[in-house]
Amino acid sequence: MQFKSMILANAEVSPGYWRMRMTAPPEFAAAQPGQFVMVRVNSAIDPLLRRPFGIFDVGTYVPAHSGAQPQPYLEMLYRVVGKGTAMLSELHETDLLDILGPLGKGFDLGPLEEEKLIVGGGVGLAPLYLLAKELVRQSRVRLFAGGRTRDDILCITEFERLGVECYVATEDGSLGERGLVTEALEKRLDLDAGNASIFACGPHGMLNAVAAIAARRALSCQVSLEGYMACGMGACLGCVTPGHHHSPETPDYRCVCTDGPVFDSVDLKWGA
Amino acid sequence: MKPDMTVNIAGIALRNPVMTASGTFGYGAEFAQYVDLEKIGAFVTKGLSLQPRAGNPTPRIVETPGGMLNAIGLQNVGIDAFIEKKVPFLRTVNTPAIANFFGNTVDEYVEMARRLDGIPEIAALEVNISCPNVKQGGIVFGTDAQCAFGVVAACREATIKPLIVKLSPNVTDIVSMARACADAGADALSLINTLTGMAIDLNSRKPVLANITGGFSGPAIKPVALRMVWQVARVVKIPIIGIGGIMTATDALEFILAGATAIQVGTASFINPSAAQEIAEGMEAWLVNNGVASVNSLIGALEV
Ligand SMILES: Cc1cc2nc3c(=O)[nH]c(=O)nc-3n(C[C@H](O)[C@H](O)[C@H](O)COP(=O)(O)OP(=O)(O)OC[C@H]3O[C@@H](n4cnc5c(N)ncnc54)[C@H](O)[C@@H]3O)c2cc1C
Ligand SMILES: Cc1cc2nc3c(=O)[nH]c(=O)nc-3n(C[C@H](O)[C@H](O)[C@H](O)COP(=O)(O)O)c2cc1C
Ligand code: FES
Repeated sequence: MQFKSMILANAEVSPGYWRMRMTAPPEFAAAQPGQFVMVRVNSAIDPLLRRPFGIFDVGTYVPAHSGAQPQPYLEMLYRVVGKGTAMLSELHETDLLDILGPLGKGFDLGPLEEEKLIVGGGVGLAPLYLLAKELVRQSRVRLFAGGRTRDDILCITEFERLGVECYVATEDGSLGERGLVTEALEKRLDLDAGNASIFACGPHGMLNAVAAIAARRALSCQVSLEGYMACGMGACLGCVTPGHHHSPETPDYRCVCTDGPVFDSVDLKWGA
Repeated sequence: MKPDMTVNIAGIALRNPVMTASGTFGYGAEFAQYVDLEKIGAFVTKGLSLQPRAGNPTPRIVETPGGMLNAIGLQNVGIDAFIEKKVPFLRTVNTPAIANFFGNTVDEYVEMARRLDGIPEIAALEVNISCPNVKQGGIVFGTDAQCAFGVVAACREATIKPLIVKLSPNVTDIVSMARACADAGADALSLINTLTGMAIDLNSRKPVLANITGGFSGPAIKPVALRMVWQVARVVKIPIIGIGGIMTATDALEFILAGATAIQVGTASFINPSAAQEIAEGMEAWLVNNGVASVNSLIGALEV
C-alpha cells in the first residue's frame, strides 16, 4: 500500500534516537510484527531513494477535536545516522510523508506455551515492540536489550508496561550489566533453557552471535536483517543476503525485502 | 478532446509511449498492486539468460547525489523458470510484455532469442548488449561496432518477433553503435543502459560496491541520455526508445522531442512504484493543456 501520512509527533527519545508517530490508513492495523515501511523522506530527488524502517507500533488515537472518531497510527523508532534520517528528525507535526507498506515477511509467533526471548541491540529494538505486544497476550516474554552506553537502551519502560521482564546490558556498564547482550542471554539460558524461542534484531555481529547460541542449544531463532534497499518490493534485487547453502560455487541469495526481513536463523549463511 | 497517445514501436501498437525499464519492474507482477498495468504502453522484464544467474555479492547498490549505482550482476530466474513461473501472469494483463535478455556468447544470445520467440505472451524482444563476450576476451558486445553487428544479426535470424536492441552508453561514439545495430536488422533501439560508475568510502578506503564498479542510473544521467537519443535519432530510421533518469512527464516529453518514439521509466519506479502510470497520465494532460492532438507530432520536434 502507498499512502500519504501526516506526522502526529516526532521526538528525540534518547540522544540521536527519535520516535515518530504518524497517521495510517485503516488497513495498516493488519501490519505484522517485523514488517517494515519504505519512507520517502522528502519529495525532491535528494535523497533519491526511500529509507526502510521497522514498524515500532500501530494503534489508534482519538484526535483532539470534539466528536472525533479513533484514527489509526503507525510509529517508527529511528537513529540519525546520515542525510535521510537527519532530515526526518527535522520534520514536525502536520508535515506529510509518502509511505509504502507494510512490506516484507514478519515474525512467526510460534507455539504459545513456550517462553519468548527477545533480543535487541540499539535501534534493533524498533520492530520488537509490536512483537512483544502480540506475544505477551499468550506467552511469557523476556527482553534482552543491549547497547554501547545507556543512551542506546531505548523505550524499556514501554516494554515493562507490557509485562515483559527486561534484562539490560551495556558495554560501558552505564546501565544494567556491563557486557554484551548475548552474555545476558546466555546467562538466562544457563539458568533455564527450557522451552524457549528467540527473536532478535540488531547489528549483524550481534545477530551472528545470537544465531550461534540458538544453534548450540537447538532453540528456534528468528532474526530481522537489514540490507541496502532501493525498492522494498523484490524488484531491484539490491537487498539480498546469502542463504544457508550459499557458496561462490552454489550461490543462494534471498531477498531481505520480500523473503525477509525476518528469517529463521538456520536458513541463513552466518559469517565466521 | 482526448489526444492520441498511441505510438508504434517495431510493429507493436502501444496505447501510450510509456514502458518500464528492464531490471526496475521485476517480472511485472511485483508492481501490479501499485500500477494499473493496463494504463501503460508496455513493460519489460528483468534481463533473462539461459541459466539462472545468482548475481554479485553485496553491497550491490548505493545511492549517489541524484542517482544510484547498481551491481546486481544480472541476477535472474533463467529462461525455464521464467516460462514456468512468470509467463502465466503475463497472460492476465492486456499490455504488451517485452522480454529483455542477454548471453555470454553469440550462441547463448541466439539460443535465448529462439526460446523467447516461441513464447506467444511475449510481444517483442529487447536484447541487452552491455555484456562481456566470454569468447572474445570479455569485450563488451555493445562497445564494439563489429561485435554489436554480429550479435544482433545472429539474433535477427533467430526470431520473427520485433527485435529491440538496448545500447550501452559506455562508448566513445554512440552513433556508430546505433548504425551497426540498425544495419544488423534491429527493429528499434533503446537507449541508454546504465553508465559505468563507482563510489568510494573514504573511511574504510574501500569501494562501496562489492563489485567495485556499478551501473549509474537515475535523474543525474538524464542529460547524457537525452544527448545520445538526440544524436542517434538524427541518423537512424528505426524508432528509438528513450531511457535514462526519467522521473516526470516533462522528462518523458523532452525525450520525445529529442527523437524518441517511446520512453522507459527505470529507477523512478523504485522511488514511486506508480511512476510509470503517473508519467503516462501527466503526458496526456500536457498534450491537452497545450492543444497537441497527437503525441506522434512531438517525436523529434525539437527546434534547433
Ligand atoms: C528492513 C529494514 C528495517 C530498518 N529499520 C530501521 C529502524 O526501525 N530504525 C532505524 O533507525 N533504522 C532502521 N533501518 C536502517 C535505516 O534504513 C538506515 O539507517 C537509513 O536508511 C539510513 O539513512 P540515512 O539517509 O540517514 O543514511 P545514509 O546517509 O544513507 O547512510 C548513513 C550510514 O548508514 C548506512 N546505511 C544506509 N542505509 C542503510 C541500510 N539500508 N542498511 C544498513 N546500513 C545503511 C550507510 O552505509 C552509512 O554508513 C532499517 C533498515 C532495513 C533494511
Ligand atoms: C537495479 C537495476 C537493474 C537493472 N537491470 C537491467 C537488466 O537486467 N537489463 C537491462 O537491459 N537493463 C537493466 N537496467 C538498466 C535500466 O533498464 C535502465 O536502462 C537504466 O537504469 C537507466 O534508466 P533510469 O535512469 O530511468 O533508471 C537496470 C537498472 C537498475 C537500476
Ligand atoms: S529492496 Fe529491491 S529487491 Fe529488495
